[in-house]
Amino acid sequence: MFYREAGQFKTTYAGDQAVFPILQDRAFVIAVILFAFLVVPFIADDYWFQAILIPFLVFSMAAIGLNLLTGYAGQLSLGTGGFMAVGGYMAYKMTTAFPDLNILIIFILAGLIAAVVGILFGIPSLRIKGFYLAVTTLAAQFFILWLFNKVPWFYNYFSSGVIAAPPRSVAGILVVGPASTPMVRYLVALSFVVVFTLAAKNLVRGRIGRSWMAIRDMDIAAEIIGIRPFQVKLLAFAISSFYCGVAGAMFLFLYLGSAETEAFNINVSFDVLFMIIIGGLGSILGSFLGAAFITLLPILLTNLPPHLGFSMPIDLQSHIEVITFGALIIFFLIVEPHGLARLWQIGKEKLRLWPFPY
Amino acid sequence: MANGKKIGDVLLSVQNINLSFGGVQALVDVSFDVRKHEIFAIIGPNGAGKSSMLNVINGFYHPQGGTITYRGVTRARMRPHEAARQGIARTFQNIALFKGMSTLDNIMTGRNTLMSSNFVLQALHWGPAWKEEKAHREMAEEIIDFLQIEAIRKTPTGRLPYGLQKRVELGRALAAEPDLLLLDEPMAGMNLEEKEDMCRFILDVNDEFGTTIALIEHDMGVVMDISDRVAVLDYGRKIAEGTPGEVRVNQDVIDAYLGVSHD
Amino acid sequence: MEALQAVFVLPFLDMAGEPLFFLEVIIGGLLTGVNYSLVALGFVLIFKASGVFNFSQGIMVLFAALTLVGLMERGVPVWLALVLTVLAMIALAFIVERFMLRFLVNQDEIILFMATIGLAFLLEGVGEIAWGADVKELDIGIPDKSFEVGGILLNEFDLFAAATGTVLVVGLAVFFHKTPIGRALRAVADDHQAALSVGIPLKTIWVVVWSVAGIVALAAGISWGAKSGVQFSLSLIALKALPVLLIGGFTSVPGAIIGGLIIGVGEKIAEIYWGPLVGGAIENWFAYMLALAFLLFRPQGLFGERIIERV
Repeated sequence: MFYREAGQFKTTYAGDQAVFPILQDRAFVIAVILFAFLVVPFIADDYWFQAILIPFLVFSMAAIGLNLLTGYAGQLSLGTGGFMAVGGYMAYKMTTAFPDLNILIIFILAGLIAAVVGILFGIPSLRIKGFYLAVTTLAAQFFILWLFNKVPWFYNYFSSGVIAAPPRSVAGILVVGPASTPMVRYLVALSFVVVFTLAAKNLVRGRIGRSWMAIRDMDIAAEIIGIRPFQVKLLAFAISSFYCGVAGAMFLFLYLGSAETEAFNINVSFDVLFMIIIGGLGSILGSFLGAAFITLLPILLTNLPPHLGFSMPIDLQSHIEVITFGALIIFFLIVEPHGLARLWQIGKEKLRLWPFPY
Repeated sequence: MANGKKIGDVLLSVQNINLSFGGVQALVDVSFDVRKHEIFAIIGPNGAGKSSMLNVINGFYHPQGGTITYRGVTRARMRPHEAARQGIARTFQNIALFKGMSTLDNIMTGRNTLMSSNFVLQALHWGPAWKEEKAHREMAEEIIDFLQIEAIRKTPTGRLPYGLQKRVELGRALAAEPDLLLLDEPMAGMNLEEKEDMCRFILDVNDEFGTTIALIEHDMGVVMDISDRVAVLDYGRKIAEGTPGEVRVNQDVIDAYLGVSHD
Repeated sequence: MEALQAVFVLPFLDMAGEPLFFLEVIIGGLLTGVNYSLVALGFVLIFKASGVFNFSQGIMVLFAALTLVGLMERGVPVWLALVLTVLAMIALAFIVERFMLRFLVNQDEIILFMATIGLAFLLEGVGEIAWGADVKELDIGIPDKSFEVGGILLNEFDLFAAATGTVLVVGLAVFFHKTPIGRALRAVADDHQAALSVGIPLKTIWVVVWSVAGIVALAAGISWGAKSGVQFSLSLIALKALPVLLIGGFTSVPGAIIGGLIIGVGEKIAEIYWGPLVGGAIENWFAYMLALAFLLFRPQGLFGERIIERV
C-alpha cells in the first residue's frame, strides 16, 4: 500500500541508474542513516556501543570487502584475517611513527598498504581457480600473522608482543585510545562505513562491477568480449583488501583497543566468510545483514539461557554455543542458500502488493 | 544477395591453419578470406572443426601452423581480450551469457572495451565516470530497441528462455561495435519463427551497421539464403568455397552431407 | 653478501657436511609426510566422490581420536574400542547424509563447503561435551622407542604409522578399482547426473564415502594422537593437509600420498636448515608457500589432468 513503484516514471537514464531508484527505498535508507547519526548516540549505552554496534560496523566493513572479492568477482578468499591484520599493524606503525598525522588519514593509508599486499597474494588467481585459489589465500593468512609475530619491528619491540591504540585526537576530540568514549568511536566507525558503502555501491553498478560479475559468471566469455582477467581480478583483490585493511585498523583502534596477532586469526576469516554467505553473496545489503547476524548470534546465545532461567557450567555453555552456531549455519544454508538479502527482497516484493496480493 | 551492397577488400585472411589436440587433427591446412561487409558462412557436419575455426580466429586456440591476417596485420600469438579490443566480437554455440546479470548489464559489459574511466572516479560516481556511464547507457538502449528486447531489460539473463538468451547474446556482441562479428551457430535449437527473427537481425546488422559477419552453422537451409559466400569444412579440411549456388551443387559437399565414406 | 651466503650457501654446506644427519632429516620428513597424506586422503575421497570440499575432515580426525580415547578411558579393551569407533564414524556418515547433504544436492560448491565448516563447529562441540576438553593420552600399545640402523635414528612408532598408512592406501586402491562400489564411486565423481541415470544410488555412495573418510580419519587420529596427545589442536592438522592437496590435486589419491611426502620432507628440511635464520616456527606457512610455488608451474596439481577449455 505504501511501498510501490507504480507512478514513479524515470525520464532520464541517470534517474534509472540511481542507487535507490524507488522513492520509498531512498527515504528509508536516509532515515536509517540519520537515525544512526542523530538518535542512536543519545539512546545507546556503553555496552551497546562496545559490544554490539562497533563490532557490527567493523565487521560490516570487512564483509563488504570480502563480498566485493568473493560475491562480485567470484574469487574465494580465506585470507581476510590476514589482510585485516595488515591494516591494523600498519596503522599502528604509522601512528606511532608519525603521531601528528591525522588518525583518519592513517586508516586510509593502512588500507592502501593492505591493498598492495592483497595484489601480491592475488597474483596466483591468474592461473588458479576455485578451491585451489582459496587454499592459496590461506598462505596469506598464515604468513602475514607469522611475520607480525616474529618480527619485533611490527610491534615496536614490546616484550609482550601486544600492540595498543595510543590516544589520538581529531579536531580536539579524542577519537582513539583507552580514554576515548565508545560513542565517539562509534561515530567514527559509522562515518567510515557510510562513506565506503556508498563507494562500494558505486563501484558495483558501474563498469568495474560489471567486469567483476562477468569474470564470476563466466570467465572465458568475459575474456572473449575484451575483459582482461588478470587486471580485473587483481583490482578486485586490491579494493577488497583495502576495505579489509581499513576494517582491520578500525578493529584494532575503535573496537579492541589492543591486540596480538591472534586477534586476526583464521577464525576471523571464517566469520567474515560466514557473514557474506548468510547475508548474501553479491549483495552490499547482505554484507550488513550477515555482519549483524554473526555478531549478534554469540551475544544472544550467551545471554538467552540466563534470561530463561537456565544456569549451567561455563564450559558446557560455551560448547552448546559452538554447537548451536554450527547447527544454525547448516540450517540457514539449507533453508535459504542465497542468504538474508534474498529474504529481504522477497519480503519487499510481498510488501509491494500488500494489502491486496491478488 | 544482389542488393547492391558494396563488398570491400579482404578484412580477415586465414592461411594454411593447422590445429591439433594431442593426436586429434581438428583443422588441416584451412585457408579462406573474409571481405569487408560480407556475410561469410562456414558450414559442415558436426565435428567438422567449425567451432575450432572460430576459436582460432579470436585467439582462444593457438594453431600449430598457418597465419591469420586481420586488417592487414599478420599476428603472432594473441589473447582473446586483445582480439576483442581490435574489434572482433562473437557469440557462442552454448550460450555464454553472464547469468547473474540483467540483460542491460550484459549489453553494457559488451561495451567495456570502449569505456575508460578509472576506479577512483567510479567509486565517487563523479564527473567523467558518470557522464561516460550515461552515454554508454544510451548506446546500449539503442541496441535493446534494435533487438526488440525492451521488456526484459532488467531481467537476469539466467531466467530468460533460450531464444531470447541468443538474442541478448547477439546484443552483447553488437554492443562492442565490432568490425568483425563471429556467430557460432546462431540458429541452433531455435524454432522456425525464432530462426526467421534471427536471420532478419543478422541481415539488418550487416545492412545498417555495415558489420562484417562470419557465421558457422551445420544446418545448410537458412545459411544459404543469407550468406554472400560459403566455405564448407569436413573432418577439419576445407572441401569447397564459393557462392551458395556453387556450393549447393558441389559433389564433395553433397557427399559430406550424405555421409559417403572417405578414402 | 653475508646474508645471501647464509641463505643460499651455508645450509647446503651443512647438508653435505653431515650426510647421515641429512638422511635422518629426510626420513623424519617422510614419516611425518605419511601422516599428512592420511589426512589429505580423507579430503580427496570426499571431494572425488561428491565434489564437497570437506573442511570438517580435521575435526573428524579429532572426533575419532576423542571417541577412541574416551572409550578406552572407560575400560573398554583396545580392539573393542576400535570397532566401536569405526561404527561411530559410520553412524556419523549416515547422520551427515540424512540431515545435511541430502538437502544440499545441486547447491553451489561454496555452499557445501560452508556447510562443512558448520559441521566442524557442531562436531567440535559434541565431541567435547561427550568426552571432555582436556588433553588425553592415547596409548594403543605400540612402543614409542627409537633405535639405530646404520647410524640413522629411527622411531618404532613412526615406522608403524607409515606401515599403517601404506596398508590403507593399498587397500583403498584395491577398493576403488576392484569392487563394484568402488567403480560406482568413480562414476559418481565424474558426473552426478549421469551416475544417477544409470541407477547408481547417490545417497548410498555418499554414506559409503563419508564412512571411508571417517575410518581414514580414525587412522590419522591414532597416528597423530599417540604422538602429541588427543586435544583440540589435533583438528588444526587439517590446515596442514590443504597444501598437500594443492600439490597433489584435489582428486588424486596418489597425489595425496606424494604431496604429503613432499610437504613432509620439504618442511623438515626448511625448518632445520633455514628455520633458525628467520626465527623458526615457519611450519605454519612454509607448506603453503611451497605449494604456491608448485602451482605457479603446474596449476592443475601434480596428478591433475591438463584441462582443455572449450566454448
